[in-house]
Amino acid sequence: MKAEILDKLKTLAESAKYDVSCASSGTTRKSIPGGIGNTAGWGICHSFTEDGRCVSLLKIMLTNYCIYDCAYCINRRSNDLKRATFAVEELVELTIEFYRRNYIEGLFLSSGVINTPDYTMERMVRVIKELRTIHRFNGYIHMKSIPGASQQLVHEAGLYADRLSVNIEIPTEQNLKMLAPEKDHESVYKPMLYIQQGVLESAEERAKHRSAPRFAPAGQSTQMIIGATDETDKQILFTSAALYNRPSMKRVYYSGYIPVNSYDSRLPSLKQAPLVRENRLYQADWLLRFYEFKVDEIVDDKNPDLDLEIDPKLAWALRNPHHFPVDINKAEYSMILRVPGIGVKSAKLIVMSRRYNKLKSADLKKMGIVLKKAQYFITCNELAVQNVSDSSPEYVRRVLTEKKLLKGKENPNQLSLSFD
Amino acid sequence: MTIFHYDKTFEGLLTAVFDAYNRKTFPDRLLAIDEPNPLFVAEMFIVVTDEDKSKRVWKGLEKKLAHNTCNMITYAWLSELQGSDELIFRYIQKTFDNKQSIETNFADDDVLQLKKLAQKVNHERHRLIELVRFQKAADDIFFAPVSPDHNSLPLTLDHFTDRFADQKWVIYDTRRNYGFYYDLKTVTEMTLDNTDLFPKGKLDENLMAEDEKLYQELWKGYFKAMTIKERINLKLQRQHLPKRYWKYLTEKQ
Ligand code: SF4
Repeated sequence: MKAEILDKLKTLAESAKYDVSCASSGTTRKSIPGGIGNTAGWGICHSFTEDGRCVSLLKIMLTNYCIYDCAYCINRRSNDLKRATFAVEELVELTIEFYRRNYIEGLFLSSGVINTPDYTMERMVRVIKELRTIHRFNGYIHMKSIPGASQQLVHEAGLYADRLSVNIEIPTEQNLKMLAPEKDHESVYKPMLYIQQGVLESAEERAKHRSAPRFAPAGQSTQMIIGATDETDKQILFTSAALYNRPSMKRVYYSGYIPVNSYDSRLPSLKQAPLVRENRLYQADWLLRFYEFKVDEIVDDKNPDLDLEIDPKLAWALRNPHHFPVDINKAEYSMILRVPGIGVKSAKLIVMSRRYNKLKSADLKKMGIVLKKAQYFITCNELAVQNVSDSSPEYVRRVLTEKKLLKGKENPNQLSLSFD
Repeated sequence: MTIFHYDKTFEGLLTAVFDAYNRKTFPDRLLAIDEPNPLFVAEMFIVVTDEDKSKRVWKGLEKKLAHNTCNMITYAWLSELQGSDELIFRYIQKTFDNKQSIETNFADDDVLQLKKLAQKVNHERHRLIELVRFQKAADDIFFAPVSPDHNSLPLTLDHFTDRFADQKWVIYDTRRNYGFYYDLKTVTEMTLDNTDLFPKGKLDENLMAEDEKLYQELWKGYFKAMTIKERINLKLQRQHLPKRYWKYLTEKQ
């Protein structure tokens, strides 16, 4: 392999990096004789870039040439950009050599559209087919399906990929058409349905005989860009909730819009990507997936946008003070899960430990449960702090946000994902 | 105060448990054989490590505890943290002395601490799985130096033998000066006489495979290109990727 590869690699990584999904989770697969690699089930991050994002897969484009002109995309055809294309063998070799050095979990392949969606898709499928069949590569593969690709090619991709994705990018069709006139929601939802169909059919076949081929065993994911258009959080989260209702949809990613094409007047002029909002959306997404929340408990017509100042679980609790205080020693697991500041792990610990002794706040502290928020929403045997029903939601909100102001220099860049 | 001296091996610790029940005296402190006694010692006992005794204690534990909890005890031991042996001793004692299982009673400090310790080691095991960086040597062996805080390298061997079953590799703990070699069939423990082969964590260039340097350059180039400048957040990076690991990370060298 020659040194000019370095140039291509940099160019095509630059072009691929704005896709935020990187997870390598969802498939557990032991190694195969004569093959290379396995998949671990839990997502393994191999490094973290200076923006704090996880590097798990070799996230790369086959080419960054594109016939389309989507306003939000750095690779749009009207941008004067360094362009490059990988040969199939080059990409295959890179993946394997990176994998052998434990740099990566596998490959995340996307591409600009050249000629036609199917022409592009066909070359992408060739890369992952060669990896799987010729090189017996058994690590993780995520492939982005090209909007508008045919069912047959989507189906072939599903035989080799662990996960497939089709990005919605813009939550409403009207806005999508404004920014990407060559696309519509049908070109996105159709491949999504093909994937779903493939996953369901394969599951049915495999129930009959174990040797039936697997189809995208880690399901599918998608991404929405946040803040490039005027959708409310309600519109965004309702779209997510509808997607999660589909059998194969595993993750929806939210990507705070980064003004890569600030010259385009259809786009808002932002000084900075809306990172706090992005973070709040991920928190709301967690509530949907792990905390048994329904979407209309998080956003509704009265509250169409998430509160940027406090996390969505706290916001829900303050809107619904009549559910509190929750008795740590008696309440059901699902209710303990709803206490602001108590996460899944802590809730489980509580439910397990209270069988032995009545828990006091000192016990909770010892278990590593942070009471800063929770104290206003629980009672244990003796807790003396005023809780939300003795005082008022406004009061609790004020104390919890005041402290932040005192610390003064809250940097929106440095929010972490977890809120419990 | 009752003091037991033992050889600071895991088998020794289990033997100490056996002896304590036999003698019906339980140690307040566990010291190494050559460690001096504190001032007021009421009773002192020297444990002679015995494979049979230690096996019997372990079997007893396996009967009373979930498989996972037995693993937690092993993990806690590998933490090599001071006092972890005394904690394990107390935990075992409580296990044997209680009819009901203590495993999920996290209001008990020892139960909680053991879990925390095991989690720490397990966390480091994950870190190793993520952050090991192999360099290909001229003889086609993939080599990776590591220096974990705890003795967690042995816990990663299952993972690496399965994942890299078709390449020869060595992972070497430079802090404890021992490592493991996989020869396509089995894994064996090994010690290198000459640790100058990899100054600053990098394999000497003369020992590298022909294309090794190129791939290191490619990886570094890729890593740099992936950063989104509009989102720079060095604090978050350091939180996930503590500086003490950078020494052996190709992309940070
Ligand atoms: S089709 Fe994809 S690569 Fe091409 S401009 Fe649109 S978003 Fe960018």
